[in-house]
Amino acid sequence: MSTGEEQSGDDAGEQAIEPTEAKVAELQSLLGDHVLDTEEHLNAPAIVIRPDAVQAVLSTLKEEAGYDHCSCVTAQQYPDRYESIYHLKKYADPTDEVSVVVPTARDDPTSESGAPVYETASWHEREAYDLVGIDYDDHPDLRRILLPDTWQGHPLREDYDQDRPQIVTLRENANPLLEDHRGSEEEGESDTMFLNIGPHHPATHGVLHLETVLDGEQVLDVDPDIGYLHRCEEQMCQQGTYRHQIMPYPDRWDYISAGLLNEWAYARTAEDLADIEVPEYAQVIRTMGAELCRIASHMLAMGTFALDINGDFTATFMWAIRERERAQSVLEELTGQRLMFNYFRLGGVAWDLPSPREDFFELTRDFLDGLPEATREFHDLLTNNEIMQLRTIDTGVIDPETAKDFGCTGPVARASGIDYDLRRDDPYGYYDELEWDVVTEDGCDNYSRLLVRMREVEQSAKIIDQCIDLLEDWPEDEREIQSNVPRTLKPERDTEIYRAVEGAKGELGIYIRADGTDKPGRFKIRSPCFSNLQSLPAMAEGEYIPDLVAALGSLDIVLGEVDR
Amino acid sequence: MSSDEPRTAISGSTAPVTDTRDARRGEGVDDRFNSKLREAFGSSPFILTKFDKFMNWARGSSMFLLQFGIACCSIEMMHTFAVKHDSDRFGAGVPRASPRQADVMIVPGTIVSKFTPRMKRVYDQMPEPKFVIGMGSCTISGGPFQEGYNVVKGAEEAIPVDIHVPGCPPRPEALLYGIAKLQERVANGESSPVVVKPYELQQFSEMEQDEVVDQLADEIDEDDLAMRYNWADSP
Ligand code: SF4
Repeated sequence: MSTGEEQSGDDAGEQAIEPTEAKVAELQSLLGDHVLDTEEHLNAPAIVIRPDAVQAVLSTLKEEAGYDHCSCVTAQQYPDRYESIYHLKKYADPTDEVSVVVPTARDDPTSESGAPVYETASWHEREAYDLVGIDYDDHPDLRRILLPDTWQGHPLREDYDQDRPQIVTLRENANPLLEDHRGSEEEGESDTMFLNIGPHHPATHGVLHLETVLDGEQVLDVDPDIGYLHRCEEQMCQQGTYRHQIMPYPDRWDYISAGLLNEWAYARTAEDLADIEVPEYAQVIRTMGAELCRIASHMLAMGTFALDINGDFTATFMWAIRERERAQSVLEELTGQRLMFNYFRLGGVAWDLPSPREDFFELTRDFLDGLPEATREFHDLLTNNEIMQLRTIDTGVIDPETAKDFGCTGPVARASGIDYDLRRDDPYGYYDELEWDVVTEDGCDNYSRLLVRMREVEQSAKIIDQCIDLLEDWPEDEREIQSNVPRTLKPERDTEIYRAVEGAKGELGIYIRADGTDKPGRFKIRSPCFSNLQSLPAMAEGEYIPDLVAALGSLDIVLGEVDR
Repeated sequence: MSSDEPRTAISGSTAPVTDTRDARRGEGVDDRFNSKLREAFGSSPFILTKFDKFMNWARGSSMFLLQFGIACCSIEMMHTFAVKHDSDRFGAGVPRASPRQADVMIVPGTIVSKFTPRMKRVYDQMPEPKFVIGMGSCTISGGPFQEGYNVVKGAEEAIPVDIHVPGCPPRPEALLYGIAKLQERVANGESSPVVVKPYELQQFSEMEQDEVVDQLADEIDEDDLAMRYNWADSP
């Protein structure tokens, strides 16, 4: 149950039981004897299947039951087995979820790969192989994705020895296409050229490494190589207690000032897991703070995009930073920090609005009043700019079907005409009480992705404005910022949940399995950037090299979230 | 000397003026040449200094930083370069995209095992003399991620660091203070001793033979450069 539904409270929960049973029966009849068992996860029913029936089950679910969104693949170790969980959803209705659980033997963790069915499973399974060590049969390219190739052991296994020495090489990367593309001498064809972009490169927005193969100016093959910022976020969260120790980490996943959006992902998941209510007043503050973060994050996305396209460090970038500074100063007033807010608590927020409240409202209103002018300037500078249009319209195209297959979400999906926004489709916080629209564009190209972000800024401003009005009129004695939450939380053993919120970059989800202690047994982060980045080859192959850079910029990835 | 005072050369004599230049200039130094700098050096048009000292002063006053983003701290670093904080005011605001054009490297973020050899490579590519500012707790000790299986416990495990700016992330003001401190030191001709011996990238074949090396022997080419992490001994 989402935290936003407290008002409707318990009856919603009771009603929900019946459809779940009906759904399980329906799935069982659809899948026949592939189903070994069923389980109940807090967010969805789960079906347990044999490890050699993965492709059959997933494709039935995708083709016949309409589960077209594989949002995440979680792998974990139990004392007696390994498990991979495929979290499936529908783009049309993200509340209609199902989890497919694939248990594998402890001495030989091998299961069939889901990658031929869902393109996005390919990277998720590589990650599962890397960190937990499950082998996926029939996977197109099963190698380590986050850790260096020479790493010994799988760190999220129980028997992993963290103190053992490791050796990492600095090897030249080889051209993967060299052999088959070397032109024959007589025909005078040219070779392909191999180009490393990154990991230290201004256009990669951090430490991303693109292994690119060029034929002249055209990109033949591009392979994102990630893991240069793999900070063991999942391990860190598994070592922290629910109540206070985990909350600082989400700030550091998507660090482009999207802190509150990330914190909300954890807050929502943990609150649903431990059945914590959140006062309405706190929800309004959360909603306002989250949207401020979204504005700040989109501003930086636009600024760096302009930097990538025009190489313009002076005008657009500075203007974007100026707006960001203003958003940040509002957030600083609210939370006390510029970037790593650590402001949400389970069951509410850390403290009330700063007093005097009028000053805070005035500051926020000032910021909002300045925004239309700023967006107008951005339109003049960017979207109406002929050079910009030449560079971005019809480049980096990804059609809706491909985007869904790659699990794209957020502005990337919405720019391909996929009408998917968790704030509306799976409402939480105060969003369903407010007036605002989901922005979509049909261009599927770099330009549309820019436009979506710019228009979302306007929508966010609208939301903040309404929140301010609400907060201003909130009766003084009902300003409850936190509900009563026990000092230690110990959710029941083996409760499992996957919950997502709409982060700045898309669907930011968290899977938690409780193991009866005050720390999570498994904490898995579904990062939107991870999936969005995976679609880069689909956008950029066959295009020119500058368009590759533009496509990368328009994806607006942040490596902290890709690598976690 | 202000221009509305009559000049002696004009009011005092009707004889033809031969020493024109001196005459026009009048006594002392022409206004146009007055500056803060001259005030500091006195009226003499000559600066007597040691070449070294001059070089250090020039170095400290015009630093080229490397545009090098790693993690969260790089966002605050960008803010330091941009409007409002504008580190250019202090003669250190032009981020260079290539290490070959930079003299200062700000290390803004968490360093993990896969990235360390690359960072070392970038550092090695910078021309001498080079300086390093470690930004944020992560470059001091690994920060919030210190216990991670993949996180290097501070930048000094790989490269020497001159100034540490603590914080998670440090505010832009703090970074500016760090840069100013570094400038001061550079202008004084100080450089910090290398506290920890930085890792050298060594050829795989030269590594001490032990269990891990044996295990990897088939996978790795003898000539490959490699870096060894002794997690157990890391601080
Ligand atoms: S010190 Fe803090 S803000 Fe800076 S990179 Fe590390 S975690 Fe991020």
